[in-house]
Amino acid sequence: MAEPAILTMTGISKQFPGVKALDNVDFRLLPGEVHALLGENGAGKSTLIKVLTGVYSIDEGTIALEGAPVRFSGPSQAQQAGISTVFQEVNLCPNLSVAENIFIGREPRRFGAVRWQEVRRRAAELLHRLQLDLDVTARLSDYSIAVQQLVAIARAIDISPKVLILDEPTSSLDSSEVDELFRVMKQLRDEGTAILFVTHFLDQVYEISDRITVLRNGGLVGEFLTRDLPQLELVAKMIGKELEVLEELEEQPGREAAARAHAEPVLEASGLARTGAVAPFDLSVHRGEVVGLAGLLGSGRTELARLLFGADRADHGQIRIGGRPVALRGPGVAMANGVAFCSEDRRAEGLIEDLTVRENIVLALQASRGWTRPLSRRRQDELVEAYLRSLRITPANPELLVRDLSGGNQQKVLLARWLITNPRLLIVDEPTRGIDVGAKAEIQRLVVSLADDGMALLFISAELEEVLRLSHTIGVMRDRRMVATLANDDDVDTERVMRAIAEGAVA
Amino acid sequence: MTALTTLGDQVTRGAGRLRRYVPVLATLALFLLMFGIGSYRYEGFLHGQVFLNLLIDNGFLLVVAIGMTFVLLSGGIDLSVGAVVALSTMIGASLVEQQNWPPLLAILVVLTLGTVFGLGMGCIIHYFEIQPFIVTLAGMFLARGLCYTISIDSISITDPVFTRMAQARVRFAGLFVSPSVLIALVVLAVAFVVLHYSRLGRTVYAIGGNEQSALLMGLPVAKTKITVYAISGFCSALGGVLLTFYMLSGYGQHALGMELDAIAAVVIGGALLTGGSGYVLGTLLGVLVLGVIQTIISFEGTLSSWWTRIVIGILLFVFIVLQRVIGVRERSALSRLSTRSVTEKPAPPRQEVRT
Repeated sequence: MAEPAILTMTGISKQFPGVKALDNVDFRLLPGEVHALLGENGAGKSTLIKVLTGVYSIDEGTIALEGAPVRFSGPSQAQQAGISTVFQEVNLCPNLSVAENIFIGREPRRFGAVRWQEVRRRAAELLHRLQLDLDVTARLSDYSIAVQQLVAIARAIDISPKVLILDEPTSSLDSSEVDELFRVMKQLRDEGTAILFVTHFLDQVYEISDRITVLRNGGLVGEFLTRDLPQLELVAKMIGKELEVLEELEEQPGREAAARAHAEPVLEASGLARTGAVAPFDLSVHRGEVVGLAGLLGSGRTELARLLFGADRADHGQIRIGGRPVALRGPGVAMANGVAFCSEDRRAEGLIEDLTVRENIVLALQASRGWTRPLSRRRQDELVEAYLRSLRITPANPELLVRDLSGGNQQKVLLARWLITNPRLLIVDEPTRGIDVGAKAEIQRLVVSLADDGMALLFISAELEEVLRLSHTIGVMRDRRMVATLANDDDVDTERVMRAIAEGAVA
Repeated sequence: MTALTTLGDQVTRGAGRLRRYVPVLATLALFLLMFGIGSYRYEGFLHGQVFLNLLIDNGFLLVVAIGMTFVLLSGGIDLSVGAVVALSTMIGASLVEQQNWPPLLAILVVLTLGTVFGLGMGCIIHYFEIQPFIVTLAGMFLARGLCYTISIDSISITDPVFTRMAQARVRFAGLFVSPSVLIALVVLAVAFVVLHYSRLGRTVYAIGGNEQSALLMGLPVAKTKITVYAISGFCSALGGVLLTFYMLSGYGQHALGMELDAIAAVVIGGALLTGGSGYVLGTLLGVLVLGVIQTIISFEGTLSSWWTRIVIGILLFVFIVLQRVIGVRERSALSRLSTRSVTEKPAPPRQEVRT
């Protein structure tokens, strides 16, 4: 690495009210490399990018581009200096054409009038260079998100940037689309562009990146050559725990499979279906049993859960709860029968961010009692106190607004809300999505201990390892159909579940 | 990239491009249909002059609606336009009749005041991040109230320049239009060029599509948003001047509810209230549709003029639903595409560190 760095950030600090988002961070980028910026949520990756592109101002430290100190007041200035950014969400205008999205703000003009033919011709040329064959006159919204993401990249590289920043560009892409993106990235790298790449997918880091910089809690952990850093060590550096601790987390208690299938059933669904959402399925969840639902995004896992909770009405089949047939006309009926549902999107469908932790926790219990029988404030405080302690919600302040909590703690508040109603069956949809490894392990432990105390759980997760580790029984979803139900015994492993997902049958 | 540009992609895309023009084409068809019905039912309806009278009687509305088109395309709304029109007639009449200002100077002052009024609202909307609805509602009350500080009565205009503008006719091929129509058509042409060929116009569309994106693409969002309200203010003031030519008076009760007519015309012309989609030529068609409804009702003779409102109300419902249906189709076509790509290509397991 004899080449001089194209971009050097030295001693960068950034303070937000109450948080030090970046603390004396150094970062450098060499021309012609793909450099992965890694760290957990809140580690400061986004802040670093926003500081670099001028979205935020810096409190301390210097940025130098090709040796000369720079300070940008906004993304457009950074762009003019040769730093292009593609953000995680596609930041283009869906109502404009592909060509216009690439060139808007810097269209070729004559006498102030946009030369549309020239715009289209150059857009087609540029996309051709990236080996993309699109109709540049079509509206952007006519293409899939993946294509839109690639158009955003085309926009970013039109100015031949020295530095290209890709902030989690792969989170909405499937594997063949990721390959496509990587092909483009390699092409640009070979042309000498320095690429800063942020991702959560570690195998992608090893596939594409040359060097890695790890951040943790706003501080710099270090800069490494990708080939010198084994994956496990990388994870340890990201979460800041020793390897042994990490391995212990991985080795969650083995589940004594099928032992609980003989307990009394809490919920039995037979032939339950909703046209267009889920094909008919049978499922029973027993006392003390964790039933895991595995399947790809969009395979119908959440839809199935919503049927069991009465959030959507089934149009076929029946449900028995505690042995009695129940007509689930709505979530209220489900709740009255002891079914609780922690939704996947905790921000939009679960928590009310502007209410306090206490108010969020007592919400469901209060609802099930009806507004005519309010919970006394003292009783509320007792209950909330107990759950703050047992779920280890931090900070343990019941009067804090939920929006100020971290993702993991928000998830625990949501769990507390339902646990307080003392449900017989708890449905948890993606409880560990978007929270860090430590909080994730705590939630997993909680699921285990709840089941040990006799609660029935339906556990939905996109992560197979997690489903395998926690569940006694695994339902496999594919194309909105439950294709298999596996007792989680010794010969069930990731590969077998994956094959069920891929082929739609148990091999 | 063959995997991504699948056949389904192409089908939706082709249909998508056509679909963009459906609302405007629907309005055009509606206008032709209504004109046809009128021609069939009433003698003398099918005449070039009847069509031109639509423009003569609605020239001021067209100008105001063009300003509104800019605002709606940017995703905003301007409720103050009717009141600004009234205030403009009032100020113009007062300056010319009571203060004896030269008419051209008075008109210039009116246009400047209208622009500044819009500019002020735009600044409040942008810098204080207040919804345009409430800011322009306040502007509406303010402008309407200010009319009565000048006079609570109508001020009639006898100034020769104004009366000449009111009576002048530009004749061609046995037909005629008023100078106001020519002014309105010039405004229309300028608006068309600005919206489709200038950076300002394209930025208006971009902001209407996604303001956050426009900002991150480095577009001048603040400047454009404020300019849009200034344009609407200018168009309202100009509409006021044209209305003064038409009515030969300034009055605080002029143009009551015109903001709603303008919004209706733009929406019937195919623009989305959420912004980013619509054409200024659609606005012309929208104004013509409103005009032809009035004309049919006056030809009918026995119908109360309230029927105009009823028909406009029904048309608005139809158009809003039409746009919704088009929008829903588009989205579901897209989601079919994306679910298919998810289900048909089971991705290999990704090791992910959740954060």
